[in-house]
Amino acid sequence: MDMPTPDAGIIARKARIVARLRAVLPQAAVIDDVHETRAYECDALTAYKCPPLAVTLPASTEEVSTVLRICHEEGVPVVPRGSGTSLAGGALPTADSVVLGVARMAEVLEVDYDNRLMRVQTGRTNLSVTGAVEEDGFFYAPDPSSQLACAIAGNIAMNSGGAHCLKYGVTTNNLLGVTMVMMDGEVVEIGGGFMDAGGLDLLGVICGSEGQLGVVTEATLRILPKPEGARPVLMGFDDNAVAGACVSDIIKAGVLPVAIEFMDRPCIEATEAFAHAGYPMCEALLIVEVEGSDAEIDHQLQLIKEIAQRHNPVELRESTSAEESAAIWLGRKSAFGAMGQINDYMCLDGTIPVTELPMVLRRIGEMSDSYGLKVGNVFHAGDGNMHPLILFDANKPGDLEKCEAFGADILRLCVEVGGCLTGEHGVGIEKRDLMHVQYAPADLEAQLAVKDVFDPAWLLNPAKVFPLDVTEGRRGRGVSVAA
Amino acid sequence: MRVASEADLVEAVRSAAGPLSLRGGNTRGMAGTGTALSLAGLRGITLYEPGALTLVAQAGTPVAEIETALTAEGQRLAFEPMDHRALMGTTGEPTIGGVFAANVSGPRRLAVGAARDFLLGVRYVDGQGNIVKNGGRVMKNVTGYDLVKLLAGSRGTLGALTEVSLKVLPEPETSATLVLSDLDDPAAIAAMAQAMRSPFEVTAAAHDPAQRRTYLRLEGFEASVTYRIGRLKDLLSATGAALESLAAKPSTTLWRDLRDVTALHGAQGDVWRVHCRPTEAPALAAKAGAEAHLYDWAGGLIWLRMAPGADLRARLGRYNGHATLLRADEAAQALPRQEPEAPGVARLTAGLRAKFDPRGIFNAEALALST
Repeated sequence: MDMPTPDAGIIARKARIVARLRAVLPQAAVIDDVHETRAYECDALTAYKCPPLAVTLPASTEEVSTVLRICHEEGVPVVPRGSGTSLAGGALPTADSVVLGVARMAEVLEVDYDNRLMRVQTGRTNLSVTGAVEEDGFFYAPDPSSQLACAIAGNIAMNSGGAHCLKYGVTTNNLLGVTMVMMDGEVVEIGGGFMDAGGLDLLGVICGSEGQLGVVTEATLRILPKPEGARPVLMGFDDNAVAGACVSDIIKAGVLPVAIEFMDRPCIEATEAFAHAGYPMCEALLIVEVEGSDAEIDHQLQLIKEIAQRHNPVELRESTSAEESAAIWLGRKSAFGAMGQINDYMCLDGTIPVTELPMVLRRIGEMSDSYGLKVGNVFHAGDGNMHPLILFDANKPGDLEKCEAFGADILRLCVEVGGCLTGEHGVGIEKRDLMHVQYAPADLEAQLAVKDVFDPAWLLNPAKVFPLDVTEGRRGRGVSVAA
Repeated sequence: MRVASEADLVEAVRSAAGPLSLRGGNTRGMAGTGTALSLAGLRGITLYEPGALTLVAQAGTPVAEIETALTAEGQRLAFEPMDHRALMGTTGEPTIGGVFAANVSGPRRLAVGAARDFLLGVRYVDGQGNIVKNGGRVMKNVTGYDLVKLLAGSRGTLGALTEVSLKVLPEPETSATLVLSDLDDPAAIAAMAQAMRSPFEVTAAAHDPAQRRTYLRLEGFEASVTYRIGRLKDLLSATGAALESLAAKPSTTLWRDLRDVTALHGAQGDVWRVHCRPTEAPALAAKAGAEAHLYDWAGGLIWLRMAPGADLRARLGRYNGHATLLRADEAAQALPRQEPEAPGVARLTAGLRAKFDPRGIFNAEALALST
């Protein structure tokens, strides 16, 4: 993965840039020691690392504004960072960049149950947003797997999803307003504590813009009352295609589960060996969860079981208690860890129309054979968001490259069948150079035009999302700083 | 002028000598001045996969045609777009492109999200005649910037939609409405907030002050709806309101009327929409001094009919929200239709307009661009 050559002029001006930042921020909020900046050299895409020029950890919107204004004046690229859990390299620095971390901004600013919203600083972690309201019976719906660590800032940047978005939507569907600092330091308010901001839907384009349009410091989030209860049913099938058809039939039947999760045989085998969840050994396993009162859950699970029976399941196990629910979810929640026990893995994130599921799984199996790399599939089947986990050995020369080529082939297949490169992880650097596969030049140009408006000099997270050749000439455009 | 294909549209845009007034059925009062350019010829459902909950249609496809196709599979447009014709006094055929261009959402917006939340992908022609696509036909997609949202609600100012791809949902088995009688505005808003705080998944909440009736809709499986109506009755008994429930059929008729704001039909005057925090709605309505008003979205949306030319924004002062002038009498022509934006946001809006439509030929006056 190529990154742009760092700007030697900026690196030469490091002392002045750091001094300017130190002059306006508390001592601990500016890090430039080469050992300490190491902590920020990568995110969860650990195959790529590069310590930044410096790290800033502002504690307020005003401090963020000051940092950005100085970096703007100095022509320094800024890499915004939430908790650094991006799987796509969204927070990967370059040697000539200043990392702007929002981790010190984690306050809950307002909770308003009557209007079902809360306002938080965006360094707050996803799980602790729900944590602040759950005693009063509320929750924040988007629940990415990294929710214990990931920050709302990153959720907004990547438009994060989670296991329950079939019913509750992803971040963009649960975001009411933001306070955002533009690259030149200007603070703008978009949306707020009401439904549908007026004018153009700027909130919609900011969400998922991977930290390239501005730094979101505060967010107004929609919160929801917790359901009375939830319970899953587990079903096993001896054919992927049959499991896929079952998913489709459940959706068509008018039941809207909160989650439909899918695991294939390699993944089931790995999780069983690791977590001993008691899963059946079969080709495909579905976990379908529904919500409501006990009687409502019974009724919906009954309908789902009737549909499943028509597809001759090898196993059909309905949870009747919290313990049984936990047991059913145990394997699914351990899946990534289990695959990690076997080897290094790369986690993909393409989405496909759910009707294409059987064909895509078959093709992935064939590619796995020809590349000689194992792959396990675990994903959100209700919305077609796949997570193929390709196993490789990072210590074996050439294996990473082979794995990346295999991954790119899978993503091309996703696009070919009418899907997309990434459903919830974002493009970052990982899928940057595949954007041509999904978008024609005019499609990309329209997106680049949006960044031109928000960040004319292309200083915010500039080497991400778009292929480097199309952003060449835009990055750092018009910047001229005296040495 | 009427185009029959995307290629025709490209040609029409490229050769346009002056402003174009884009329109589908021209039922929603969005079309601006300029040469009328109808997109109603871009018609037809190109793909419908009930098992994937997705539908793709040409932008000029009548909403009615889409609803007929969905009904046949027991599905629906969950965001419940209103029919503006009776309110606006228009007569055309509403199109799906118009629904998304104006981000039209009805009562269920409160529970499931707005039109923009169901729009998965778009194709459009920009102001220079370039064909652009964004998003796709899958429910989860974070590949690049979400121009789908940007185009939704852009009222034809950024591009002419040619194709939309949307998420549809199953039609529930049944529905019912709990009706609370004789609450004043603040008590009704409080009762709706209490219902929305419950786990019983109210899918619409409205209050009609003229009738002094408050409506809470439940949808789902028969047994579930019955159970939830019962629980809501227990929960709201302390309000002192008389409680009765409406069965599916009268409930459906009622919500169609609420969706289309029947209460404000048939009289002269300006029609406004105010988006606000629900709990602030009664105070805002009191300040407005409207001839008639109606609360939807549990109070998050206030519909008002005002004396012609009355400047509602001046009466409301500063609050958390915004006001749109939907139907304007002669006397109100000087008032901006959309809420004027703060300078920073206005600069972004103007910048985007300049990029997507550098010649400024699309529906230029449809967004209030404050300077």
